[in-house]
Amino acid sequence: MSEQIQKFTITIDGKSIQVDPGTTILNAARMIGGEVVPPAMCYYSSLKGSGGKCRTCLVEVSKGSEKDPRPMPKLVASCSTSVMDGMEVKNKSSEKVIDARKGVVEFLLINHPLDCPVCDQAGECHLQDLAFEHGVGQSRYEFERRTFDKVDLGEYIKLHMTRCILCYRCVYTANQLTDNREHGILKRGDAAEISTFIEKNLSNDFIGNVIDVCPVGALTDKTFRFRSRVWYTKPMDASCSCDKCNGNAVLWMIGDEIARVTARKDQYGEVKEFICNDCRFNKKEKSQWNIEGPRKISRHSVISANHYEREIPKHTVLLNKA
Amino acid sequence: MARKLLLNNVHIEGIHNYDVYRKNGGYAAVEKALKTMSPEDVVEEVKKSGLRGRGGAGFPTGMKWSFLAKPEGVPRHLLCNADESEPGTFKDRYLMEKIPHLLIEGMILSSFALGANQSYIYIRGEYMFVLRIVEKAIAEAYANGWLGKNILGTGYDLDLSIMPGAGAYICGEETALIESLEGKRGNPRMKPPFPAIQGLWQRPTVVNNVETITAVVPIVNEGGDEYAKIGIGRSTGTKLISASGNVNKPGVYEIELGLSVEEFIYSDQYLGGMKNGKRLKACVPGGSSVPILPHYLVCKTANGEDRLMSYESLADGGFQTGSMLGSGGFIVFDEDQCIVRNTWNFARFYHHESCGQCSPCREGTGWMEKVLHRLEEGHGTIADIDLLWDIQRKIEGNTICPLGDAAAWPVAAAIRHFREEFEWHVNQPKESQIRNYGLVADKSFQTENA
Repeated sequence: MSEQIQKFTITIDGKSIQVDPGTTILNAARMIGGEVVPPAMCYYSSLKGSGGKCRTCLVEVSKGSEKDPRPMPKLVASCSTSVMDGMEVKNKSSEKVIDARKGVVEFLLINHPLDCPVCDQAGECHLQDLAFEHGVGQSRYEFERRTFDKVDLGEYIKLHMTRCILCYRCVYTANQLTDNREHGILKRGDAAEISTFIEKNLSNDFIGNVIDVCPVGALTDKTFRFRSRVWYTKPMDASCSCDKCNGNAVLWMIGDEIARVTARKDQYGEVKEFICNDCRFNKKEKSQWNIEGPRKISRHSVISANHYEREIPKHTVLLNKA
Repeated sequence: MARKLLLNNVHIEGIHNYDVYRKNGGYAAVEKALKTMSPEDVVEEVKKSGLRGRGGAGFPTGMKWSFLAKPEGVPRHLLCNADESEPGTFKDRYLMEKIPHLLIEGMILSSFALGANQSYIYIRGEYMFVLRIVEKAIAEAYANGWLGKNILGTGYDLDLSIMPGAGAYICGEETALIESLEGKRGNPRMKPPFPAIQGLWQRPTVVNNVETITAVVPIVNEGGDEYAKIGIGRSTGTKLISASGNVNKPGVYEIELGLSVEEFIYSDQYLGGMKNGKRLKACVPGGSSVPILPHYLVCKTANGEDRLMSYESLADGGFQTGSMLGSGGFIVFDEDQCIVRNTWNFARFYHHESCGQCSPCREGTGWMEKVLHRLEEGHGTIADIDLLWDIQRKIEGNTICPLGDAAAWPVAAAIRHFREEFEWHVNQPKESQIRNYGLVADKSFQTENA
């Protein structure tokens, strides 16, 4: 007879859900879905240890738990705070949270170049989305931004540190994929930079995934750089038989050509099944893939904008007739 | 005469040597504790003493110790935080340099109380000469049977290791210290889990400041109740204060908590008044992180009561009109000092020392430094002052570790109490430059005399 596992009730912005103990506030919010989900730039559910760094997911805990109803004194990072039974959380309904998030967006943008028109990540950039949804129109920063030279990390990956927001996702990815530490952070404070060990090449079979986990355009695919804007390409679900990974990927096509291959991301931009370098960089022929059909991208409005999947409302037709 | 518990023997010639230290009553507390007391008794004495963490936060040590998880079969660790890098604080260096065996004795007692068999002293990398002194003292303690296997035949084993940092202020934060000790990059960890549950190598760990650990020695010697008689209210015992700035006698002082600030600054027994007969302008009572106090709030609180050197009295009035005892880095400013320049200096320090892990601190500290530098140079605007206020407000409380708060508080307090001076820098840039840098700063003077 297994004992019934006790579920915790948590209320976020007035919406309640029952979750298992140990779930984080962010994951509970994702279970509810919709507007109550705080944005997250550094948390990545499949990477152990990620989260807590970007501070965009800060929420206000207005009631600690049923047993101890005191509110938490500070805003907490929802990605790394576990829920308690009876916890009440304010996300968008809290002025403090909105204000703090505006601050974080401004902080993230002060050293980020605002060159989206020439950045490869534009259209699928989480920072772009974040700034659009939560930021303010104008920065008050009037000083020179920090800049770095572009670095080649091996044959396929380009690192442009200037755009990095130091979310540490790629560091965790590289650490958790390989036995040796090859990829990490040098220096500290706003001089900190992502680097391989003295610009050594990254040569793991799965290292291409650092491109997918990067929320901004700091790590980009050299086989795709500057070939096309992402919203001019057609994302197609496809699979192949691969002995290293499970072969489930997304092909981004221009006409009949495969422009690039990425792993499949969920609505929060997270990859659940990593793909290998072979699939990502070398299989650019249509014959190598079994195409399943067009992929719906829900999060990035820019990408889905050109796909004309929406039904044309009937009354417009009627109006035209009249 | 005020009582001294830590520094009472410091004047004795050669006290850093084992023989002299032992002759002057050293290691008596270890004998007493290991032979006649149980670990729980020691924890109980520390609880009774009301000792509060001397590293800055002032958390009751006995309570911290009682939070330590004690799962079966998992080793526990005591870490001594000797990574003293707060600007204005140099008391731990003095203790370790002059009387290193006191720290070792405290480490034995505290480790015994916590049931730790492997303890570490994490010392600041810049204190390499102090590390040599402590290393020698540890070797002496091993040679005389105070460390190692089966201490005093009681069956208690303790190994004590010392580990230097590599020059990062952030490694004084307890979880960053643990990361650094594990050989990783010194980034603070997310809390919870707290080190008392999962610390060094995921084992239960207590991290205490040097002064906290040494204070355990007199507590065991004289009993917790006796220790609690010194001091005032919940601030018990003695505290080392590192005094610096424009006073006649800067240095490390051991005071009984509850001493009035006025007496501390002006009496000949302590700082001996302001240097060159200047007037007091401001005071940072607890190291660079704590809010600065303007002259009218140094000796009196906002209610007109005498301000005392205690955790409560210095914090009286919250951050509006109070400050914190912090780590005891007492910095005194006279009328010639520029608060804007000083705030910029502090901000520069925090910018340099931010680990870069979380965004508000990484980007915000650098931004504050740049804005403050612009103001200090006389190129600022009134809007810059409001901008600074807004930046510090958005850093404070939104970061992983307290470094963000520590960077925000001095800026907030400086603007709160010295806004006129900031405005003067904006409105009278030339005068402010001449005051800070002399006639060299005056460009017209240079060209006229060229």
